[in-house]
Amino acid sequence: MPNAPATSPLAEQASTPTDTTRRTFIALGVGALGACYAGLIGYPVYQYLATPARKAAATGTVTQAVLDGADQLPAGSALMFKFGTAPAMLIHHTDGSWVAFGAVCTHLACTVNYEPEQSRIYCACHGGVYDPKTGANVAGPPPKPLTRYYVEVQDGRVLVSKA
Amino acid sequence: MDVSWSPKPDARRPRSLTAAVYTWVDERLGLEELLALARKKTVPDHQYSFWYYWGGLSLFFFFVQVFSGVLLLVYYRPGAEAYESVREITYDIRFGWLIRSAHSWSANLMVLAVFVHMFSVYFMKAYRKPREFGWWSGMALLALTLLFGFSGYLLPMDDLAYFATKVGLEIPAALPLVGTLMTDIVRGGPEVTETTIQRFFALHVVILPLIYIPILAFHLWLVQKHGNALPPSEEAKPESERRSIPFFPDFFSLDLGMWLIALNVLSILASLYPWQLGPQADPLAPAPVGIHPEWYFMSQFQVLKVFGRWFPGAAGEALGISLFTLAIVVWALIPLYDTRSAGGRRAQIATYFGYFALLGMIVFSIWGYLDLK
Repeated sequence: MPNAPATSPLAEQASTPTDTTRRTFIALGVGALGACYAGLIGYPVYQYLATPARKAAATGTVTQAVLDGADQLPAGSALMFKFGTAPAMLIHHTDGSWVAFGAVCTHLACTVNYEPEQSRIYCACHGGVYDPKTGANVAGPPPKPLTRYYVEVQDGRVLVSKA
Repeated sequence: MDVSWSPKPDARRPRSLTAAVYTWVDERLGLEELLALARKKTVPDHQYSFWYYWGGLSLFFFFVQVFSGVLLLVYYRPGAEAYESVREITYDIRFGWLIRSAHSWSANLMVLAVFVHMFSVYFMKAYRKPREFGWWSGMALLALTLLFGFSGYLLPMDDLAYFATKVGLEIPAALPLVGTLMTDIVRGGPEVTETTIQRFFALHVVILPLIYIPILAFHLWLVQKHGNALPPSEEAKPESERRSIPFFPDFFSLDLGMWLIALNVLSILASLYPWQLGPQADPLAPAPVGIHPEWYFMSQFQVLKVFGRWFPGAAGEALGISLFTLAIVVWALIPLYDTRSAGGRRAQIATYFGYFALLGMIVFSIWGYLDLK
């Protein structure tokens, strides 16, 4: 450029209305096309990565677990089992009553442990304590009680189902 | 020039949020310097300019390999479960077949682009001073690309993968003295087993990338340092008659356009011709009839086969491998032989050698495919 112009060529171009429209149109077109490509690549990649989560969601919709032979569980002990995909516990109390809870701590998802000698359900991660009869959160950080399931003791098996 | 009435806004007073963010980053990373460098850089524009895109295309396919390869890593399990995990990827996981197909197709397209790039560099004589290291690093990248291909081929552990690896490893095993020892170490024993898969997996996803990426960075830095080479026909012209275009945005956008075409070609191939998975490898099953290596190993395979016919026994194989090694050494040393930019006898011999190599590869490949029947 021999002499610097009073207005920059860019500013001059942008000031003509037709040019602004064309520029905007091209920018929009390229942007839209780019979004299409991103979507066409992103969708399969998302579906690919989401497959295990979707499969787990399908297993997670179960409403009942059948525990063969669990009716023989000695009083004062617990049986860990999978309800859908998540850990759960069946407790046979010394007074003869049966309860089942989701064994996932409502604080930060650690698996809890039944401690009959302390008469509590305890989470080792952050010291959460639940009542072993009701699942109520009684001490420590847990904000909610454990998920409670219905228990039906039958001959040779125990049925655990969602409320 | 009187700047006091210039309508240019004060650079320190940003007009929008984007401009403010840009200025903030620019002040710290010097983006303007980079852009100025990119604008100053030019790319020669002549009848052979088309061949300048093939290095970039190789790079594009490499990026696709990294991306799709990382995705495959999410579900692939090396070792005894290798076949089962690839079966799951291909048939159970949503779009797994597409990701695997894209990885396989892109691998093939990458090898193709690398070969086109190498031959175009060769015939443009772009290996001459000061670009010898570009040629040598490129040769190293080619060798690594082929090793990527060979090691990746075993990972699904279907019957083709199994026999391709078995046969492929017999070739270095034929080397005198170190052959058997070296091959046994690479293979993890005398047979291709789960141990081999585990080793090839480590090679394919850790060791080779660790070697490949620094050499690639060196290669790209050299391109930036020396710029694109001119073919002899352009070099013969006086400087005033040579044309060039700015790298940014002109060549850059053309490069991106080529990448877009490459992406489209890859998408069409990967989705319309999904890569197949054969039956699981069975060491007791006989090799399937018509088994042959991938196209990029076909010419070497055929040379060995033909030499084996002419010189039965171990002699044919040894002779074939020696001839190959010699050809590769000559190919690598060509920048030291063909040095004069003015042309002459050596330049001509180098060009003929290139035709000979290219023609040899094509003829032996076609012969190889015809010989399968």
